[in-house]
Amino acid sequence: MNAVCENELALEWAATVNSKEAFEAFVNRHMKQAYFVALGLVGNHEDALELSQEAFARAYQYRGTLNTQGKFFPWFYQILRNLCFSHLRKRQHRQTESLDGNPENPIEVQAREGFDPRVLAEQNETTSRLWRAIGQLDEKHREVIILRHFQNLSYDQIAQLLFCNKGTITSRLYYARQRLKEILDDEKGGPCV
Amino acid sequence: MTCRDYKDLMMAYLDDEVDDRQRKAFEGHVAACRGCSEELAQFQRLKTLTDRAVLAEPEDRIWQQYWGNVYNRIERGLGWMIFSIAAILLAVYGGFKAIEQIVEDPHVGLFLKVVLLALIAGVAILFVSVLRERLFFWKRERYKDVRR
Repeated sequence: MNAVCENELALEWAATVNSKEAFEAFVNRHMKQAYFVALGLVGNHEDALELSQEAFARAYQYRGTLNTQGKFFPWFYQILRNLCFSHLRKRQHRQTESLDGNPENPIEVQAREGFDPRVLAEQNETTSRLWRAIGQLDEKHREVIILRHFQNLSYDQIAQLLFCNKGTITSRLYYARQRLKEILDDEKGGPCV
Repeated sequence: MTCRDYKDLMMAYLDDEVDDRQRKAFEGHVAACRGCSEELAQFQRLKTLTDRAVLAEPEDRIWQQYWGNVYNRIERGLGWMIFSIAAILLAVYGGFKAIEQIVEDPHVGLFLKVVLLALIAGVAILFVSVLRERLFFWKRERYKDVRR
């Protein structure tokens, strides 16, 4: 079963986090999936590591607000994605400020500087271009691409994580791929996929 | 069904999320529709490209230090919370003592004492007003229990 949707009941989780050892075991079990989701959303190793660790610290801090009838990972995922998106907005804001008077598009700059191809297992021109193109997608489109392609989640699992229906996921994926295709074509100066 | 309807099916077909009936219907449409067939081919090439990109596993040392870093964050968060509460209490106590001293000091003029008390009264009214407003909106917030 895919680690992201290892849907242990929140009730079980709530029972385990009351001791340091149990929470440590819990973090060790989920750290990789949290890191890779964050990496997909923010694009580079340092930020992904920092944000995924912060998400665990916040999950511990807010463990009392978790609905014990629900599933744990969708709740944790909300904390993680909100942290990642808020980090991206700050990063974009900083870049917009530093680019004041420069005609470059801040989203493209963010993709170039924030989405580091060194996080890819096999780096070549094609995969690097794709990774930077993913960085230029808007948040909700990038999110479905990451969950589908890099986490290998099914539509049902993605819908569960994002609290929406399968139809929304299908249409979001359509527009995300369409946009990705456009970005890659624009870079090449003609159709490349 | 129109091409628009089949476009919705296209993603599910690409990701193998269709049942046999949907697969047959979609393949039948694609065989007859050049536009959808070309679009599907483009998406298939994109999917092949995306499948080639795999995220690298970081060094083992990262995972060995991971819990320690999370624990430090939790501990630091707790430290900051205790520090903030203590700092606020100390500031309130210090302020109260300073005001008490000024008010009781016979060398300080009546005018200064009145202005100081008026200042405190103003701050207290502002604080209560903001607090009441927050409580009012929080109670009437229709979406406060909605999970985002």
